[in-house]
Amino acid sequence: MIKALLSLIVPCGSVLILSACQPDIPETIQQGMVYCSEGSPESFNPQRVTSGTTIDAISQQLYDRLLDIDPASGELLPALATQWHLSEDGKTYWFTLRPDVQFHHTVFFSPGRTLNANDVTFTFNRITQADHPYHAIGGAVYPYFQSVDWGSLVKAVVAENSNTVRFELTRPDSSFLSNLATDFAAILSAEYAEQLLQQNQPELLDQRPIGTGPFFFKEYKKNQFIRYYRHPEYWRGKVDLTQLVFDLVPDNAKRMAKLLTHECDVVAYPRNAELNLITERSDVEVQSQISMNVGFWAFNTKKPPFDNVLVRKALAYAINKDAILDAVYFGYADKAKTLLPPTSWAFYHDLPEQQYDPIKAKELLAQAGYPKGFSMDIWAMPVQRLYNPNALKMAELMQADLAKIGVKASVVSFEWNSFRRKLSEFEHDSVLIGWAADNADPDNFFRPLLSCSAAESGSNRANWCDPNFDNLINQALLTADIKQRRSFYLTAQLYLDEQMPLVSIAHSKRFQAKSVKITGVTINPYGGISMAAARKSL
Amino acid sequence: MMLHYFLRRTFLIGFVFVALTVLAFSLSYLFPGDVLNNVSGLTNIAPEQQQALIQYYALDQSVLMQYLAYVNRILDGEWGLSFSSQQPVLAEIIAVFPATLELASYALILSFVLGIPLGLFAAVKADSFFGKLVSGITLVAYSIPIFWWALLLIMLFSLTLGLLPTAGRINVLFDIPTTTGFMLPDIWLSDIRYKSEATMDALRHLLLPAIVLATYPTTVMIRFTRDSMLAVLEQSYIKTARAKGLSRAQVLYHHGLRNALLPVIRQIGLQFSTLITLAMITEVIFSWPGIGQWLLDSIYQRNYPAIQGGLLVVSCLVIVVNMLTEILHTLFNPLARKA
Repeated sequence: MIKALLSLIVPCGSVLILSACQPDIPETIQQGMVYCSEGSPESFNPQRVTSGTTIDAISQQLYDRLLDIDPASGELLPALATQWHLSEDGKTYWFTLRPDVQFHHTVFFSPGRTLNANDVTFTFNRITQADHPYHAIGGAVYPYFQSVDWGSLVKAVVAENSNTVRFELTRPDSSFLSNLATDFAAILSAEYAEQLLQQNQPELLDQRPIGTGPFFFKEYKKNQFIRYYRHPEYWRGKVDLTQLVFDLVPDNAKRMAKLLTHECDVVAYPRNAELNLITERSDVEVQSQISMNVGFWAFNTKKPPFDNVLVRKALAYAINKDAILDAVYFGYADKAKTLLPPTSWAFYHDLPEQQYDPIKAKELLAQAGYPKGFSMDIWAMPVQRLYNPNALKMAELMQADLAKIGVKASVVSFEWNSFRRKLSEFEHDSVLIGWAADNADPDNFFRPLLSCSAAESGSNRANWCDPNFDNLINQALLTADIKQRRSFYLTAQLYLDEQMPLVSIAHSKRFQAKSVKITGVTINPYGGISMAAARKSL
Repeated sequence: MMLHYFLRRTFLIGFVFVALTVLAFSLSYLFPGDVLNNVSGLTNIAPEQQQALIQYYALDQSVLMQYLAYVNRILDGEWGLSFSSQQPVLAEIIAVFPATLELASYALILSFVLGIPLGLFAAVKADSFFGKLVSGITLVAYSIPIFWWALLLIMLFSLTLGLLPTAGRINVLFDIPTTTGFMLPDIWLSDIRYKSEATMDALRHLLLPAIVLATYPTTVMIRFTRDSMLAVLEQSYIKTARAKGLSRAQVLYHHGLRNALLPVIRQIGLQFSTLITLAMITEVIFSWPGIGQWLLDSIYQRNYPAIQGGLLVVSCLVIVVNMLTEILHTLFNPLARKA
């Protein structure tokens, strides 16, 4: 029986692998690409999330922004805005919108017009205006914008005419344009929002997305896949891929197996340990890219004993970063001195490196009043992220390091979405997590991670609110002069080194593994991955 | 007589359902966390909502009233929301359950088709080399841990030979609209042009999980058929039939098989709960989007409303199948009918 079945299936199976044997298979399948991603998206609206997994899956595929970032130079490029200019006092920006930009045409929405200024005002007013009909939908959570204090910065967003938008700010902010170019500042459709409001289903705006991007949304099966089709009227021109499927495979080993059996065309985050295995095969290859990110260990600084700076410094001295770099990153990462990666223009090159010194650590602990140590939890992310490929292993290594200074650490982990929720409610003692930059501005590392407003919105994993530090990073934004900004950021890095709300561990390279048939999927050093240029050869 | 029997069975099954709902109901109180959260599945309850919800779920009344309200909601299809997705639990179960049923039924069919003939063969040729070989292989297959067996097959057929996929129900690029939730019927009901290719692809995805899941029930089936056939062949009426001049095949078919298969039918019911447990393991290994994987995810996420609903559905299924095989057994067995 099995033999009969096999003889029936195997020949066609092997032919199917070689593909193109079936003339009947439509183009949407032959020219479709499967991207195997490491987790499920939390939402389909980039305004509502910060998780890199979600941003990778939705942002660049479905939406466009007013501005884009040149991945090579980090400079701003026109996208939905063709040009922009700034008033003398640095507080007003004007953007001219690109004409004839089409929104997605799907089974649930048919656009009646092209992009205009109302879409832009809708997108940003939703975030700032508390009485906006969409503001409170989904709990008024806009983590990235809250973490950069957008609400107090942007006074008004006004449509001057159908293709000009004016942003009025309360103060000059040199990171404003960079923030508009991040993946979170995607432009939504005001017309679609209006239609949903009439149908009394406003929550669908974040679940069944409409954008202007290269692909449109077809369906999402939770924990299984997301299906996109090509947007035929994309303003940059139709892309090559007819279909794009995000296959959600949280298990690293399964993702790798699916690459080898050609069930996945591109695989996110191959395990560093397996990179050598892939290079030996001719049908798959590995791409790597220096990326703006940092993996760190953040202390909940509102919880004793972590409210004591001596304790935080002692723990920092107790950690052997070199061992971690070898065992967790397999050498594919740079040791971190501070939050900023060395490629940033504001990086403090002369900052002294944090030494591994258990004896010093014990002294500091004794000074802080814990000569016998204490017990604590280390929360380790359940998923593999760019900045930390294996948080559990890292936590175990740190557990051993900490035991040497008498600190008894237990490792805690939950499923990723619950993990993030509990983190933003600050239930943790300390957590191994990290950050990948969304734009080239150094502010993107400081404010979303350690400012007081980030502590309020929950993205400040150290729960650290220090007016001195906030002052430094705010002043850095008031000027556009790079030299002045740099000196503020250097002081901020020095101050972080003194206060140690978190221990920066590593800046990792980003990897992806892909079938040799796929070209054009490049890793963006800033933020999410884009499939717009991807091609599949048969 | 039969009517009386059915009534007794129906009464019994009703009683079991009551016991199951009591268990599921009490889970809301036994799980950690607030009862109102566990019952409703809402993660964030505003203070002004609280009172209305307490009244709605009858939490301010006696336990008996709360239980009755719970049963009412279960019957109305209102099973609360899942903590993780904030979607109705019942809708999620309906979305994943057919995948499990599909996999389990193909595996069960496979185990019949393979198990019964092989069992007969092993009994009739009990002393020959092949008979012993079948018994030996059965013993080995029965003892193999299923997850290890699954990994071996994946290593061989998927990773080394590259013949079969490792995960899922169908190539994700095939856009098959969901109508029944069962993959093969869905393909046939859809209006896509590439039905045969899609069917072939779905079968390729089905093959390894079905073989893995069928392994255990097949071995049970072989052993049972063999033992029961051997016992039947010892009976004097078989010898009498042979002595009367019936051919070997006639004896086997008319007198042997019918009598030997009776205990096998009963066995299906008893093995079904094991089958479902194994299906859950198989689903996790092959990323098969069924209720097993869903339930394990829910347990991992401490998603109490989902665990509650999932347990209720799975245990009801096991009991219903048990009951059905009991009834089948009685229908085929004149002795049991009279008892």
